[in-house]
Amino acid sequence: MSAAFRISGAGRLSQAKTASFSFDDKSYTGIEGDTLASALLANGVHLVGRSFKYHRPRGVLSAGAEEPNALVQIVRDDARKTPNVRATVQELYDGLTAHSQNRWPSLAFDVGAVNDVASPLFSAGFYYKTFMWPKSAWKSLYEPKIRAAAGLGVSPDKPDPDHYASRYAHCEVLVLGGGAAGIAAALAAAETGVRVVIADEQAEFGGSLRFESGASIDGQTGYAWAQGAIAKLKAMDNVRVLSRTTAFGYYAQNFVGLVERVSDHLKTPGRELARERLWQVRANRVVIATGAIERHMVFANNDRPGVMLASAARTYLNHYGVAVGRNVGVYTANDSAYAAAIDLKKAGVNVAAIVDLRDNPSGPVIDEARSLGIEINFGRAVVSAGGKLRVSSMTVQPKNGGGGRTIPVDAILMSAGWTPSVHLFSQSRGKVAFNDETKRFVPGAYAQDCVSVGACNGTDGLAATVDEAYAAGAKAAKEAGGKVGKSGKPKVDAGESWSRGMLGAAPGAGPGTTIKAFVDFQNDVTAKDIRQAVHEGMRSIEHVKRFTTNGMATDQGKTSNMHGLAIAAEELGKPIPQVGLTTFRAPYTPVTFGSIVGHARGALFDPTRRTATHGWAASHGAVFEDVGHWKRAWYFPKAGEDMHKAVDRECVTVRKVGGLFDASTLGKIEVVGPDAAKFMELLYTNPWEKLETGRCRYGIMLREDGFIYDDGVVGRLAPDRFHVTTMTGGAPRVMNHMEDYLQTEFPHLNVWLTSITEQWAVIAVQGPKSREIIAPLVEGIDMSDEAMPHMSVREGKICGVPTRLFRMSFTGERGFEVNVPADYGEAVWEALWAEGQKHGATAYGTEAMHVLRAEKGYIIVGQDTDGTVTPNDAGLDWAVGKKKTDFVGIRGLTRSDLVAKGRKQLVGLKTKDPKIVLEEGAQIVADPKQPIPMKMIGHVTSSYWSENCGRSIALALVAGGRDRMGQTLYVPMPNGTIEVEVTGMVFVDEKGERLNG
Amino acid sequence: MLLIRCPYCEEERPELEFRNAGEAHIARSTNIAGESDDDFEKFFFIRANPKGVIYERWRHIHGCARFFNAVRDTVTDKFILTYKAGEPKPAKLPGAAK
Amino acid sequence: MAKGAAKTKAVAASASVERRPALAGRTLSAPGVKVEMLPPAERISLRAPQASLAALSNALGVTLPVKPKTSATKDGRTALWLGPDEWLIIDEAGNDPLADCAKVTALHSAVGISHRNVGISVAGPAAAVTVGSGCPQDLSLEAFPVGAASRTILGKSEIVLLRTAADSFRVECWRSFSDYVFTLLSEAASDAAN
Repeated sequence: MSAAFRISGAGRLSQAKTASFSFDDKSYTGIEGDTLASALLANGVHLVGRSFKYHRPRGVLSAGAEEPNALVQIVRDDARKTPNVRATVQELYDGLTAHSQNRWPSLAFDVGAVNDVASPLFSAGFYYKTFMWPKSAWKSLYEPKIRAAAGLGVSPDKPDPDHYASRYAHCEVLVLGGGAAGIAAALAAAETGVRVVIADEQAEFGGSLRFESGASIDGQTGYAWAQGAIAKLKAMDNVRVLSRTTAFGYYAQNFVGLVERVSDHLKTPGRELARERLWQVRANRVVIATGAIERHMVFANNDRPGVMLASAARTYLNHYGVAVGRNVGVYTANDSAYAAAIDLKKAGVNVAAIVDLRDNPSGPVIDEARSLGIEINFGRAVVSAGGKLRVSSMTVQPKNGGGGRTIPVDAILMSAGWTPSVHLFSQSRGKVAFNDETKRFVPGAYAQDCVSVGACNGTDGLAATVDEAYAAGAKAAKEAGGKVGKSGKPKVDAGESWSRGMLGAAPGAGPGTTIKAFVDFQNDVTAKDIRQAVHEGMRSIEHVKRFTTNGMATDQGKTSNMHGLAIAAEELGKPIPQVGLTTFRAPYTPVTFGSIVGHARGALFDPTRRTATHGWAASHGAVFEDVGHWKRAWYFPKAGEDMHKAVDRECVTVRKVGGLFDASTLGKIEVVGPDAAKFMELLYTNPWEKLETGRCRYGIMLREDGFIYDDGVVGRLAPDRFHVTTMTGGAPRVMNHMEDYLQTEFPHLNVWLTSITEQWAVIAVQGPKSREIIAPLVEGIDMSDEAMPHMSVREGKICGVPTRLFRMSFTGERGFEVNVPADYGEAVWEALWAEGQKHGATAYGTEAMHVLRAEKGYIIVGQDTDGTVTPNDAGLDWAVGKKKTDFVGIRGLTRSDLVAKGRKQLVGLKTKDPKIVLEEGAQIVADPKQPIPMKMIGHVTSSYWSENCGRSIALALVAGGRDRMGQTLYVPMPNGTIEVEVTGMVFVDEKGERLNG
Repeated sequence: MLLIRCPYCEEERPELEFRNAGEAHIARSTNIAGESDDDFEKFFFIRANPKGVIYERWRHIHGCARFFNAVRDTVTDKFILTYKAGEPKPAKLPGAAK
Repeated sequence: MAKGAAKTKAVAASASVERRPALAGRTLSAPGVKVEMLPPAERISLRAPQASLAALSNALGVTLPVKPKTSATKDGRTALWLGPDEWLIIDEAGNDPLADCAKVTALHSAVGISHRNVGISVAGPAAAVTVGSGCPQDLSLEAFPVGAASRTILGKSEIVLLRTAADSFRVECWRSFSDYVFTLLSEAASDAAN
């Protein structure tokens, strides 16, 4: 069944292949190859949406990506509801479901259209003027109601079920645009053998050859030539042809972002295919062949459905076989609209009249139109369009005023001229130049290795375009290293040419203030709004743009920018170049979040790092916490235990018997070379030269400003080899800090750093029974206190695999850290666990580790320090080598502020009520009765319930803290002030006897 | 994404492999402990932050891992020159007349 | 190790425990490309100045390459140039390069990293496209020929990339990143043939 406006035999689609679809729940039939717009027009549907601000009825303006009006919501299922899809771009598939937007309750009767009547309230800048007061209205009215009413479409509210691919690609020549110019350039470049990528946003290549019936190349119609050339390019190994692919952003050094729509045009996308594919292309040379965009005429009610660009009507006819009306009017200021009238007339459509703003133009198209019997009116203007939901007439007057007449029409085809698409050129930071003769901005100074060809370069005529593009393609390829190819330059037999036209408001556009002559359809900006902006003091086009929102919608002013600029220039009495052009920003057309995100979602959002024992911990009920990218076992609850019970048990068991803890995530660096000790002396505050092989030392690393940057236990494996440990989260940062000094400040030292974080799985075995748990599994190491005292390291074997066995403690108990090659980590853990079970040991997680270390006053850099804490502040002055003449931070430590009295120092806090656990981060004051704002003298850095102490414990940074021992301080909280006593930092075993217990 | 020529890898590589490391040619004193407050302030806290040509350090952290120096125009983002760590500040820049 | 510190003590248990490599045996096949975990290998990170290269090459049995982005392979042992004084040595023949370097007195640093890294093979006509979905380098045969090696980026992870054949790559990453890297390569592989 053929739709009413489909012309049998016209267009290039096979009219036999039908596809059914629905729009606003009504079923229609289109054919394969249609866009949603062409299919709707074939069915005589012109009303497709409501405008953004005034909710005016809108139809299809264009046949391409510049479409500002025909935005619809495409619904596949609950989670696939894509708003703001341009009906002119969306390809039809069988079963497509589309809904109009921005209307309630229905498209034909939209309550929001009251805004159109009330439009004086919504004039330019209304947003900035109206919603200023009262302040309370923001919350109750402005935000929820007005935002909802003003939106464009509705976002889906479920996770996107589709997936998106991404690729980096590299080529010598990237051609943007697949019209005659792009194809010619690609052919020339491809012949040289270099890698070529050519991309076009349409499903079929050809650009304006899709509608130019007068084009003939190499003895074929222009369109047929384009298809043949693309087939040839596709067959070449060095060429990648990307259709349905939009170049949306042009970045530094010829880095161009392309989005390929992979499956939006398919009935069933399927899991195999991505919805879209992002191409990040690095090209040696870029040929920009993005064509030109036709401008509309600015006159009263030029937004009525059925009023459209002349080239769009031609595309619908010549490509899709669709007549946009039965009785059309034409309103133009240049020649190209005549070709539309001629094509439509020849296809049997009545052309009521051509209205030409020019006084006495002449040329072959005008002659041809006249010979076809079309009425032509020179020097006249269409001052208004009649009708509401569909244009019904046009009122024509002499352009300088005088009596008018009204001509009934069901469509108006308009053309004010063509605007070169300089968007991508401009994004490349090229500077546009205004051509005063042709009244258009064309590429001027280039900033990158690219070239514009054809219509986007202001080149008129098909032959000139193909010549220019072919030469540019060959030159680009040669510059990128290509060999000169055999010449296969296309020969243009016939072509169309159009240029000139007019900019700004036509006679029908005012000056009356109630006239709605639209400049920017999507943002509902009229000629009056632009004039008003100038009257209200906007001088720069950038200000006019922001005040009126002209060119700020999703179409980024493709049809509106030049008109807006011309009206502002006229109103300012300045030439156009002096008013300037607003910046073209990426993206050229809207880009989905999905395509930017690509694979980086779900498990691939960010790497999740797991240790070798992760599986064991998970199967033993561990609850994990995130530390940087790592998943660390947080605690191991037994049946019926909550977190607190589990942590209490783990803490008590470690001190009573022993516990196993996975410390694998700690950063580890092997420092190797004859100058290893010298390097350590420079990077750490401590002395290292005299540390014996086989012994360990707690080291502190500062930044140059004297503040603590990192800490950790370091073991000396050999005179020229240290095993350094760093914090977990900052391990790469600490390594970078060390490399920076080694490479740039101390390059004379013969020493190298290697990250061994992931080489070794680390199992901390802590507690009075720790030696008994480990010893049975170890060979080659004497673990007696005499042979292996606290803070020593030995190499040998455990469970038959190599180990670096450290005797060290982060619990204050006798303790060891068993390092084994990572792939053995879990098996060794299981062996240690089996031994531990014999003694009643526990596995413990990071929470218990934190409590146990706090009971001993061991700090955690980044928790108890914050980048403003010196070793002295932290009570670690003993770790600073007093005789050293240099280390990173030595000068910073003597800065006046760092040696001043009253600095915040780390101390312990005990709440007067032992059951109260302070909140970490809580502020501390000396006098709770002082008026607000109180003088804050410090804050709580660590705070836990300590089951071992039978009370809460805390660490805090307090001004002059060590001079306040025994003092009572106060922690004001919302539900009352908490009394605390300042104490030492060690809450368990102050003498440190348990290290050998 | 910029392309940056690594003077050690001897070719241009994608920016993702690099990390900026601040202004270049600020030498740490060999007698830093004896430095005056003013000198230490200049060394540690004060940076030029110019509009135009900047001498800065980069690290090819996800490549050869070397720190090196670069001359870049902060207005255009264009790299004018890169050279190895330890090499002197170039006396003359290519195209400096512009 | 300090002399005398490592007195051997008789112990009863010395049974070897099993090795459990990350993602052992994981594979993914897609049209045009196969992604699979490679078996464990011996690896060291070797650092040395120019003057030591002859002695180290001699001891390792493979000539350490000095040209950026290259590698050299001999008898199952590959030396990858990572930086001007840095090589990754991968031995797939079961021999220990750490032991070989220990005999060399010339200035160098050799650190065992056999367990730090894992190897993933990406092979098939679509291998370059698969890796290129997350790696921003030009992976054409002209820019990245067979034998080319480079530390670089894959998505949000650092990798070392070695081209082992025209249509085959070895991707090395740190152990805990292997799940991320393998999953990303798998997703990319599924799209690569399109």
